Amino acid sequence: MAFVAFGSQAPTKDQNPTKGGRVALWLLLPGLFYLALFFITPLISLIITSLKQPSLSGGIGRYDLGVEFGNYAYAITQYAPQIFRSFSFALLATVLALAISYPIAYFIAVRARDRPLLKGILLTLVVAPFFISFLLRTFAWKQIFSNDSLIVNLLKDVGIFGSDSYIIGTNFAVVFGLVYNFIPFMTLPIYANLDRLDLRLVEAGSDLYASPARTFRKITFPLSMPGIISGTLLTFIPISGDYVVASRDFLGGPDTAMIGNVVEANFLRIQDYPTASALSVMLMATIVVLVSAYVKRSGTDDLL
Amino acid sequence: MTKFSLGKFLLPTYVFLTFLFLMIPIGYTFVFSFNDSIKSNIIWRGFTLDNWLNVCDQADVCSAFGNSILIAVTATLIATTLGTMIAIALVRYRFKFRSATNLLLFLPLATPEVVMGAGLAAQFLDFGWNKGLSTVIIAHVMFTLSFVVVTVKARVATLDPALEEAGRDLYASPTQVFRRITFPLLLPGILAAAMLAFALSFDDFIITQFNSGAVDTFPKFVYTAAARGIPPEANVVGSAVFLVAMAIVIAVQVRSSLKQRKLSK
Amino acid sequence: MAIDFVARGQDLELKGIRKEFPGFVAVDNLDLKIPAGEFFALLGPSGCGKTTTLRMIAGLESPTQGEILLGGKDIAGMKPHERPVNTVFQNYALFPHMSVLENVAFGIRQRKVAEPLPMAQQALAMVELEHLAQRRPQQLSGGQQQRVALARALVNRPSLLLLDEPLGALDLKLRRQMQIELKAIQMEVGLTFLHVTHDQEEAMDMADTVAVMNNGHIEQLGAPEALYERPKTAFVAKFLGQSNIFIGKVAESNSETTSIDFNGKKITGLTSRSEKHTGKIAIGVRPEKTNFHEEEPAATSGLNILGPGEITDIRFTGVSNQYQIDIPDVGEITVFAQNVGRSPVIELGAKVFVSWKVEHSFGLADLPSGAEEAE
Repeated sequence: MAFVAFGSQAPTKDQNPTKGGRVALWLLLPGLFYLALFFITPLISLIITSLKQPSLSGGIGRYDLGVEFGNYAYAITQYAPQIFRSFSFALLATVLALAISYPIAYFIAVRARDRPLLKGILLTLVVAPFFISFLLRTFAWKQIFSNDSLIVNLLKDVGIFGSDSYIIGTNFAVVFGLVYNFIPFMTLPIYANLDRLDLRLVEAGSDLYASPARTFRKITFPLSMPGIISGTLLTFIPISGDYVVASRDFLGGPDTAMIGNVVEANFLRIQDYPTASALSVMLMATIVVLVSAYVKRSGTDDLL
Repeated sequence: MTKFSLGKFLLPTYVFLTFLFLMIPIGYTFVFSFNDSIKSNIIWRGFTLDNWLNVCDQADVCSAFGNSILIAVTATLIATTLGTMIAIALVRYRFKFRSATNLLLFLPLATPEVVMGAGLAAQFLDFGWNKGLSTVIIAHVMFTLSFVVVTVKARVATLDPALEEAGRDLYASPTQVFRRITFPLLLPGILAAAMLAFALSFDDFIITQFNSGAVDTFPKFVYTAAARGIPPEANVVGSAVFLVAMAIVIAVQVRSSLKQRKLSK
Repeated sequence: MAIDFVARGQDLELKGIRKEFPGFVAVDNLDLKIPAGEFFALLGPSGCGKTTTLRMIAGLESPTQGEILLGGKDIAGMKPHERPVNTVFQNYALFPHMSVLENVAFGIRQRKVAEPLPMAQQALAMVELEHLAQRRPQQLSGGQQQRVALARALVNRPSLLLLDEPLGALDLKLRRQMQIELKAIQMEVGLTFLHVTHDQEEAMDMADTVAVMNNGHIEQLGAPEALYERPKTAFVAKFLGQSNIFIGKVAESNSETTSIDFNGKKITGLTSRSEKHTGKIAIGVRPEKTNFHEEEPAATSGLNILGPGEITDIRFTGVSNQYQIDIPDVGEITVFAQNVGRSPVIELGAKVFVSWKVEHSFGLADLPSGAEEAE
């Protein structure tokens, strides 16, 4: 429930699930078989590919089965900066997105609780960015921050920027773009959680002489933790694998590449499948470790 | 007291400014869809409706858009069907391997797109499948399926099992119960799931880039075009999709609030 | 399969019904016979197995073992939609996506009746809701929804109508009013009604026969008056109204009376109104059958007299006053007295005697739970 369920306000009914082996099987089987075939086996393919060695017959993009752990060593030594950058960017952008999103989610869920119209408008505005291609949005930022743009020139005129300063291609631009793109992903789960927050608890807090700040710190914030965890995962995971924002054609530059950029380049451009796969496997492994820590805390039924 | 009332204005102001910030690129894209550009769409050169009236002059944009729609519709139909079946089973039945099933459904949500994209591409490579329309659709069904399950599951959970029992009690066979009671009551959830799947598929870039071969989709077109400058026709398509989607969302909200008002009367 | 529209209800008979759920037994070896056309109530606390029994009859649960005979035919193996049985569900379970009329027409449409809508309209008229036919169920009040649920079931003229706590969601006043209407409708249509409830007043008011259920079995079955006047087990004595219960060894038992020795005092009941006549038994009396006196009444053979004791609590409930009297060596006794105006001496702390007629005593077949240990 915690991970992506937004918005449903109707109370859930006691379902008292019945044992219906055959029916359940026929309902589940097609979808689960599909996922096994096109989600699980590809992960296995990825592991197999990551251990392949260059084909003896030569030729670009041709590899033979093998157990070449050297691919991992190569990927790590070659791309350590990108790996490090990916996770630092993801961490930083997640923290910033949380800081920006929490007050918005709080405002919609708590302050606008009794004003359905305002709430509807604000929620629509939160999801509005989803309706326009994120590539177009990211590109728009590129234009807005481009070297001859109003903003950059203004900053130069005011003297904050030197004449040869720029924004596009910097770490700042990439993190900025990532934060921007993922604010809705952070806001929605926190909103969904705060929306269910029983305000009487907050009233009880202030009734018991807690200051508003203390009530927030001791009651509201801890109770919204599941929403924060969901939002954090929903933000951190996609960012760590993103390569559009950091691409040179968008907000990135020569020194901003993340794992995604390296995987894309290796897989789709120079056809070094084993290295690209090794990087993907390492990325996936890191995420699995992170998520299983979460699963351990909340159990599998809460995931969906 | 003064501190409190300051907070009262501080938060709304902050929210207002943040929303303004969120809207900047959308507004920018929209405005530049009207730019009378010659080569690149970077500098404002004057207002024109040409881009909107003749979108398909930029044939690539149009065909990429058509592909995106085709892929999204197909993937949505498949994913919504499979996902709805799973959601009903998850809520309504007890079965073994429940936690394994939950994990299998959750993992795609927790996997970075680049990993899913590369993995599927590696598998297609291993199997010797040529990448094209069908491989993109396969990929899109795969990554939207779990979202459908989550959305429909929430709706199934609010459905009172007594309603289906009442149907059985009133001489409806299991299939008739599904057709006349379960399905109509789940429909809002199924439609929401379908809209989500459509939006995810339509806007997907990373998984698509790894598995589409020569097939161009709208996001893929934008990505490729970004290197030399995105033509205003792309802004037109993006803005038009945005307007249609917003119109749907607003219509749904107005309808549900009208319905609620009618019921409370 | 064609299901008949019956003119009159049919007999229902349960034989050796048992229902196990993982970890517990909900219904244990239940035998029950409900004659056609009767209003039968299954009364018991929550978790006693009454709803499970009802669901097995409806076909929504299948019994682990036993037979369910309707009009002499075993229906235990039939699917719910094949049974000539309809249910009024606890929270009505009206279909929210259909109009009131469509809700009522649902069953007869499924049964391919030629003109379902006029028939549904007629059923709505019976519950006086024809003017709301086009509304959605959510737009109706609780009482109105209840009537729609009733019409939706009755329009099918089932051999047996099951009512699962049908009035549970209504407020007290509406509940009492619906009780009267429900009973009137049952008399009018002449169908067999099986009503499940935890509200004893509801059961006694409406039913021809009440079965009190506890822990998956039937404790006692009979007409409401008989059950109330002559409870046979401690559970029935306490669940159906209130009782003062005294436990002691039988001191004397002849063809006329049976007496126990209760902490040195003699408490007597009629032998014909006692289930057990030897060993340790429990004798009870209803609080409204007892009287209290400021002076010790003259001892006669037809009267049980206890006291003197002290009034420790007085509760005013409107039509009657409830007194708690603490008698040394006896304990607390509850006395109900009609609110007809009392001597001002009867107040908290007053010393009084309590008496009741021997024929108002009832002897139980068992002892209240916990009485065995408390020697």
